[in-house]
This record gives sequence, C-alpha cells and structure tokens, in this order.
Amino acid sequence: MDVLMLSRLQFAAATMFHFLFVPLTLGLSILIAIMETQYVRTGDEDYIRMAKFWGKLFLINFAVGVVTGITLEFQFGTNWSRYSAYVGDIFGSLLAIEATVTFFLESTFIAVWHFGWKRLSPKLHCLSIWLVAFAGSLSGVWILIANTWMQYPVGYTINEVSGRAEMTDFMAVVTQPFAFIQILHTLTAAYCLAGFFVMGVSAYHLLRKQNTRFFGKSFRLALYFALIFSIGAALMGDFSGQQVASKQPSKLAALESHWETQTNAPFVMFFIPDEENERNLYEFGSIPGGLSLLAFHSTKAEVTGLKDIPPDERPPVALTFVAFRIMVLLGGLFLLLTGVGWLLRNKLEDNPWYLRIMLFAIPLPYVAIQSGWIVTEVGRQPWIVYKLMKTSDAVSPIATSQVLPSLIAFILVYSLLGCVAYYLIFQFARKGPAPAKAGD
Amino acid sequence: MLETIWFVLWGVLWAVYFMLDGFDFGVGMLMPFLARNDEEKRVMYQSLGPFWDGNEVWLITAGGVTFAAFPLMYAVMFSSLYSALMLVLFALIFRAVSLEFRNQKEGPRWRAAWDLGTFLGSLLPALLLGIAFGNIFQGIPIDGEGVYHGTLLTLLNPYGLLTGVVFVLLFLVHGAIWQAIKAEGDLHQRSLSAAKKIWPVLLLVAVVFLGATRFATGLWNNYLKEPLLLAIPLLAVAGLLLTRIFLAQASCWKAWFASCVTIVGCTLFGVVGLYPTMLPSSLNTDYSLTAFNSASTPLTLKIMLVVALIFVPIVIAYQTWVFVLFKDKVTKEDLAHEAY
Repeated sequence: MDVLMLSRLQFAAATMFHFLFVPLTLGLSILIAIMETQYVRTGDEDYIRMAKFWGKLFLINFAVGVVTGITLEFQFGTNWSRYSAYVGDIFGSLLAIEATVTFFLESTFIAVWHFGWKRLSPKLHCLSIWLVAFAGSLSGVWILIANTWMQYPVGYTINEVSGRAEMTDFMAVVTQPFAFIQILHTLTAAYCLAGFFVMGVSAYHLLRKQNTRFFGKSFRLALYFALIFSIGAALMGDFSGQQVASKQPSKLAALESHWETQTNAPFVMFFIPDEENERNLYEFGSIPGGLSLLAFHSTKAEVTGLKDIPPDERPPVALTFVAFRIMVLLGGLFLLLTGVGWLLRNKLEDNPWYLRIMLFAIPLPYVAIQSGWIVTEVGRQPWIVYKLMKTSDAVSPIATSQVLPSLIAFILVYSLLGCVAYYLIFQFARKGPAPAKAGD
Repeated sequence: MLETIWFVLWGVLWAVYFMLDGFDFGVGMLMPFLARNDEEKRVMYQSLGPFWDGNEVWLITAGGVTFAAFPLMYAVMFSSLYSALMLVLFALIFRAVSLEFRNQKEGPRWRAAWDLGTFLGSLLPALLLGIAFGNIFQGIPIDGEGVYHGTLLTLLNPYGLLTGVVFVLLFLVHGAIWQAIKAEGDLHQRSLSAAKKIWPVLLLVAVVFLGATRFATGLWNNYLKEPLLLAIPLLAVAGLLLTRIFLAQASCWKAWFASCVTIVGCTLFGVVGLYPTMLPSSLNTDYSLTAFNSASTPLTLKIMLVVALIFVPIVIAYQTWVFVLFKDKVTKEDLAHEAY
C-alpha cells in the first residue's frame, strides 16, 4: 500500500474511533445538565443521583473523546501537509477558533464539575455542566463549518502566485446554509444517540426491576429527548440531502447509485450497484420521479447520473450507497421506536419486550452516525476539497516506512483504549447508581 | 507587522503550554519516586485532576494557531517530525487515560499498569517536545519544497538531546514544587527536597545548554544585535535563581511562580532568538521557513487576532479562577470523595 492509502486508512480509523465517543459526550452532557437543573429547581434527590451516575459514564467517555481528538488535529499536518499548506488560511483558522473559543471552556469546566461538588454552590455546579454542554455543541459547530468548507468551499480565492486557497469572506464561510444544516443534522443525531444510550442502560435495570424509580425517570427523560431529536435528525437529513443534491451532484449520484442523467428520476427501493458495468442489478420497487422529488422537491428536476461524471471524479459507489441506505433505514427505525415509547411512556415496566428492544438498540445510533460520516466523507472522494483539490494531491511527502508503523500503532492503541473504556462504561452501567443518602 | 504579532503569540502559546502542562509532566515523572503507597499516589493524581485537561488545551491551541497563522510551517514541521510527533501523541493518550482511569477501579495490577502509563506518558512528551524544539532551534534538513531529508534518528543529535534533557529537568523541578504545594506531611517534605535536589542538576545543564546554543544554533545573534532583548534570558536566569531562594524559605507558591517564569523565559529565549525564522533549514538558509514566507493572509491573521484578543483573556480569567478554586492541599476527605 502507498502512503496515500495508508494515510487515508489512518485518518478514517482515527476519525471513526473519535466519533464513537463524541456524540455521546454531546448529548449526555445536556441530559446531565437537565437532571442537575431539575435537582436545583425541585430539590429531588433522585435527580442529583442521576446526574452523578450518568456523569460517571460521561467522564469515561469524555476522556477518550478528548485524547482521540488531538491526534486528528495533528494528523492534518503529519499526513496531509500539502492539504494543510493549501487550505490553512481558511480551514486552519476554523480549527484554531474552535480550540480557543470552545475547547478551553469544555475542558476546564468538566474538571470544575468533576471535582467541584463540595466547593461550589448547587447552582454554580449546575452552571458548570451547562457550560460543558454548550461548549461541546459549539465546538461541533466550528468543526462542521470547517468540514462543510471541504464539501462546498465558499468565501475564498486561489492565489495565483502561491497556488493556495485564501480567505476573502469570513462571514460567507461561517454562515453558509449547507454548514448550518450539517450542524443541525449532526447535533440532532448525536443527541438522539445519547437518548438511546440512556434508554438502553435504563431498560437493562428496569428489566431487572432494580432502582425502578431512578431508571424510570432516566428512561422517560431520555425518551422525550430522543423523540424530539430523532424527528429533528430526520428533518435535517432531508434538508441535508437537498443541499447535497444541489452542491455535490457526484455524491448524490453515488449514494443513490444513479447512472443516467434524467428528469423525473425514479427512487429505487432495492438494488445492487454494479460499478464495473455502470448499472444496477435486481432493481426492485421503483417509484417514478421519487429521486427528483426527494432531492429537489420537484419531480421535474434533473438528477445528474454517474455516467456524466468523469470516472476519475466519481466517489466509490457501493460503499456510499450502502452506508446511505443503512443511515436512512435506521433513522426511520428510531422514529418508530421513540414513537412507540411515547405511547408506552406510562407503562414501561409492563412491556418488557419494548425494554428488551431498547436495550439491544444501544449500538444502532452508533451504526447510523458512522454510516452518515461514511456517506459524507467517502461520498466527497476523490476530492479532499470538493472540485478544488484531490485527496491524492493532499498527502504529505513522507515515507511508507513512517506511516505503516503509525497506522499499526493507531490500531493497537485504539483497540486497547476502546476495550478498556467500554469495559469501564459497561461495568459502571451495570452496577447502577450509588445507594441514596450514602455520603452525597 | 501582523506576522510579527502572530509570531510572538505563537511563542507565548507554547511557553504557556510548557508552563502549565510542565507541572503535570513533572508530577507524572516523579510519581514512582515520591509516592510510598497507594494513598500518596492518589494524592498525586488528585493534584493534577482538576488541571491537566485544561492545560493540555494550550497544546491543541498552539497546534491550531500554527495551522491557522503559519500553515506552511505547520505542514512542514508536522510532516518532518512525523514519527516523533506520533510518539508524543500516543504518549499523551496514555497519560490522559492513565490519569482518568487509574482510580476508577481497585486492584494492584490495574493500578500499577496505569501508573506506568502515567510515568511514560509524562516522560516521553517532555523529552520528545524538548528534542523537537532543540531541532527547530538548530535547523532540520528540509529542502525548498518542504520535504524532510532525514529520519527520526536525525533528530537525536547531541543538541537536540540536550534540549530534551533541559525540558525534562525544568518540568521535574516544576512538578516537584507543585506537588509540595498540593501535598501534606511526608509527601510534601519529600517533594520539597526532591525539588531542591534536582535544582543544581538543572542549573548545571542549563549553563551547558546556553553555551552549546552559541555553537549549535544562531539563537544568540538576535540578542547580540538587540541587547535589550537580553532581558528575556536574564528573566529565565533570575527565575531559576529565585526558585532556589524561595525553596530554601519553603515558600512553595513563590517558588512555583519563579519556576513558571523560568519556563516561559526559556521558551521565549528560543523563540525570540529564532525570529523571524520559524523552522531553519540546515541544508540552505534560503529554504528556511519564516514568519513571513509561511504566514496566512492578512485577513485571516486579523480575524484570528480579534478572536484571540477577545477570548484568550476570558480563558485566562476562568482558568485562573479554577486554580484559585482548587488551590488547597489535597486532603483525605478529597480522596474519599473521588469515588462518589
């Protein structure tokens, strides 16, 4: 394998691993903040126990998210130095702003929250977790603005002399609608994941009739949260699809494996893409005009087919296509599960079948979110910055003998890290909360 | 002008990072030698608990600012120092998870494993960051295209290693003083005497370093041209001497602040000596990266400056508040509370 492929694998592994932990951090911090707010407002001791129990899981998860984030920032320089030199003026400044404005806030106040139980008034202590939650999501905002610039660069010019992309309009970069929608889609999906996590762990205890009041409250809070944000994620997913349709036609064509440019393009439920022969096999359940309608909200709209995109500018079709189908199907399932949960909200304990489903549903939002990122990032290929720079031109002038050991080290270290983190999370989740009135 | 401002800010960010994470590294490196039992180890972990994460963000910001303000420097430096940086990153990962996971579970093997992670995760970044900066000071073999013509071993030259040792010793003294501040009783005494014992070694190596710098690098040239700048190395020397004086008086906080001044002074001594160069090429000075040939556009530098002027003071304010909030010694009650 060459440096390009090794570097791509390394970045993919590092990002996907990082994003196993980030979404839970984003959503769970808000849930904990709500729990603690309830405690401050009502004085109900259950809520402070909830904040502490879920907080313990949160801290383990947070630690891994933090350490795996640093390696991402530094990999732009180590493995993608040509990209860094080319876009640093724009992309780099967004990352620097993220660190200065949000990451300091998040990392400083999580420690205040963790160690400050005795030193702060309940209100100030509660404020510190709200700051963590706010900073976490705001940090997502900056990262997604940076990522969207790679999907659809705006507010820049190419300097003829240096050959680098230079910022001309900062506001255009930070206010582009595509970024706004990506932010909402990603954050709502992350909140939904956290809701499912809390519901799943609570279901485990409810099924065993342990701490039923405690986990009943946790479950219901998470249920409302997940219900709202599954709807939000689905809506934003639709908006996001329209943005992709108008701004990244090659990604749209790949995620639908759509070969012929046509108006009134059909949406096909099931088929197997055959990239070699530029066609699909076993098409089944075609809805005339469906794709045009979904992508552009008009059956008359023309959808560009892959055949009209030069072969060396097409993303990998099969992977993008499959990942998109998985994401959408799971998104639908989340609506269904939270909808059913809403109907059963007052008789959860009488419906163990539902609780069992929710317990085993914990991994599903993880799969959906990872699939979503595969659609976004693999679907952008072969470009690193859409239509501006190819991924193959972005890689550092370094040797395979450097990247291969680091890739192996990444896989080993991250596997170990993942095993330990999930072992701890699993143990503490199963153990349940500390008994009421023991200490505080 | 904007380039110069950002060059200075870049240096200050690294200096603050070393000043803050430096005591974390020091405590981590000293842990096997200072703590006599599990309880003392837990005191040492708690001495870092509320701080290390916020401290490490200065590294992320230093990295981010290098990327934003000097993209070419970021690209060339990070890809040239590839293997060294990867080692630093993995070591930092081990340190972070060791600090966070160690006390989550009882069991001597579980804890011993994470203690090793804390020790190596503190020693390696301290040493490697020192080696990296030593090599930046003296120049690395990069060509006109920013391609590095060397290996990891190229970096392990005498001056690079010497700088690495200086970093390790600076952080050892810094960490020992911090531990003396945060610990009671025996551990406090042991930390204090460790700081006193390491100090003469640091002094000796620092003198050798300043001398070697004259021959291995061009850092002194700026100071000979502009003698007023000599205030910076003098500040570092004054900080170092004051550290020892305050240690003799057992005034731990004062000694720690003096040690902060030493670390900031040392870092700035190197950075100001480099100016306007950021990464000298040892092949041909024409290939060197400077604040001017590797900077972003004035627009980006201006936007970043506005962001920095607004938010960095806010960051300093709330981080100072956190230091005040957790300024007290770690007590038995704190340890009992850690498991909540």
